[in-house]
Amino acid sequence: MTPDRHEIAVTVNGMAYRSTADARLLLSDFLRHELRLAGTHVGCEHGVCGACTVLLDGIAVRSCLMLAVQADGHELTTIEGLATDDGALSPLQTAMHDHHGLQCGYCTPGILMTVTAFLEENKSPSEDDVREALSGNLCRCTGYQNIVDAVLAAAAAMRGVAP
Amino acid sequence: MKPAPFKYIAASSLDHALSLKAEYGDDARFLAGGQSLIPAMNFRLSRPSVLIDINRLSDLAGVDWPEGNDIRVGALTRYRNLERNRDFLAACPLFADALPHIAHPQIRNRGTIGGNLSHADPASELPALAVAMQARMRIKSSAREREVVAAQFFQGLLTTDIEADEMLVGVTFPPLAPRTGTSFMEVARRRGDFALAGVAAMVTLDQEGRCAAVRLALCGVGETPVDASQAVSALVGERCTGAAIDDVIAGVQEVIEPAGNVHASPDYQRHIAGVLAKRALMTAHRRTGHDA
Ligand SMILES: Cc1cc2nc3c(=O)[nH]c(=O)nc-3n(C[C@H](O)[C@H](O)[C@H](O)COP(=O)(O)OP(=O)(O)OC[C@H]3O[C@@H](n4cnc5c(N)ncnc54)[C@H](O)[C@@H]3O)c2cc1C
Ligand code: FES
Ligand code: FES
Repeated sequence: MTPDRHEIAVTVNGMAYRSTADARLLLSDFLRHELRLAGTHVGCEHGVCGACTVLLDGIAVRSCLMLAVQADGHELTTIEGLATDDGALSPLQTAMHDHHGLQCGYCTPGILMTVTAFLEENKSPSEDDVREALSGNLCRCTGYQNIVDAVLAAAAAMRGVAP
Repeated sequence: MKPAPFKYIAASSLDHALSLKAEYGDDARFLAGGQSLIPAMNFRLSRPSVLIDINRLSDLAGVDWPEGNDIRVGALTRYRNLERNRDFLAACPLFADALPHIAHPQIRNRGTIGGNLSHADPASELPALAVAMQARMRIKSSAREREVVAAQFFQGLLTTDIEADEMLVGVTFPPLAPRTGTSFMEVARRRGDFALAGVAAMVTLDQEGRCAAVRLALCGVGETPVDASQAVSALVGERCTGAAIDDVIAGVQEVIEPAGNVHASPDYQRHIAGVLAKRALMTAHRRTGHDA
């Protein structure tokens, strides 16, 4: 079968990209291999682990369960887009650092993208809300407790109150 | 690249999607949320030669309330939008119970009701809800349009009544009768996993507080969702006391055919189906608001 190539125009972290890709190229591989944004990790490639989570028009999705061509015309945010251009960390990134919310770091990009979208929608989450929001992201190192602490601290910091 | 090669076509209208399906038939699959299809393609368990992407058909997404109080949900409506639609959840409270059990937030952000029902996974929650609520599936091809009741739509493991040239375009839920309470419950190995057993119950009371109608459907315990309403029909005309419910549970456990899996033996599935059926019926009864 001759490859079925498609034009793709996407905005990733505020930057416009134009590229072509095979229909069967997954969005996760497009980000990593074509756009060289390898911060998005792939663990399972069938939707279970959450490492590949990115924001599609602000909504957290599995990039391993989308085709690159489906992102045509859309806006994506990846882990590379969280810190400011001069390298200042987002409040969530800072809280993850302060609370030791990562060890090997493999799950971290997916967790940060999931929680970034979650805190947009829920400014004052309970611990239960946070655990529910994290239910689709596997971490084999931390035992989750420090991640939950970090998310609660980030939410408080973003509301402008002392944690 | 994980999936086998295929030709990708983004349908620009419903007519376009249906004419492509008429042309390619079984070689083509519709791509809705992709949350079942893409994993299957990544494993190469599924190798369609054509993918018809229906995500641009925004007319197929959303909930509307035509005459007669029926609730019509477009096939492309994502779980995410149902979870955030208070009017819909108030009208179809079984969904309020069931949606949080489906996978995880990121998957609910993409997955669609039409993709779920067309996929017809017997462990999935929504086919059981559709059977309990006696939903009607709206199915369309270029040539014709028809409606099928949920009980006839689910024909076997991952098999529905949809023909090669057809699409599920929407689902119609009849409104709940007055004095109706509902409840969905399940047991899964972990949060977001497919259910080892799940039960959707609907209880309607008469003016005197006796059971006027009861519906019960189960997921995860057969090759299709199981309609066990007949097995609990002895409740009709009775007061739904714990003892009355106890009397019908054995009948529910008889009509299901759990196959067992790595997490649960058939006996265990049958046991939890009985426990859940009792709890769901009691909760549905309590939610009728009738304090008898
Ligand atoms: C990790 C994980 C956990 C999950 N856990 C659960 C769970 O606990 N419970 C649960 O119910 N589901 C679960 N799912 C599956 C999820 O709910 C899927 O979203 C859903 O089953 C399919 O919907 P979709 O819109 O993604 O369909 P797709 O994956 O796009 O399509 C599924 C199938 O239906 C066909 N199809 C799609 N739309 C139509 C249409 N309108 N007409 C005709 N055919 C159509 C497709 O061609 C394909 O064959 C899980 C998925 C993952 C990845
Ligand atoms: S790589 Fe996408 S969910 Fe695991
Ligand atoms: S930090 Fe290692 S998997 Fe989460």
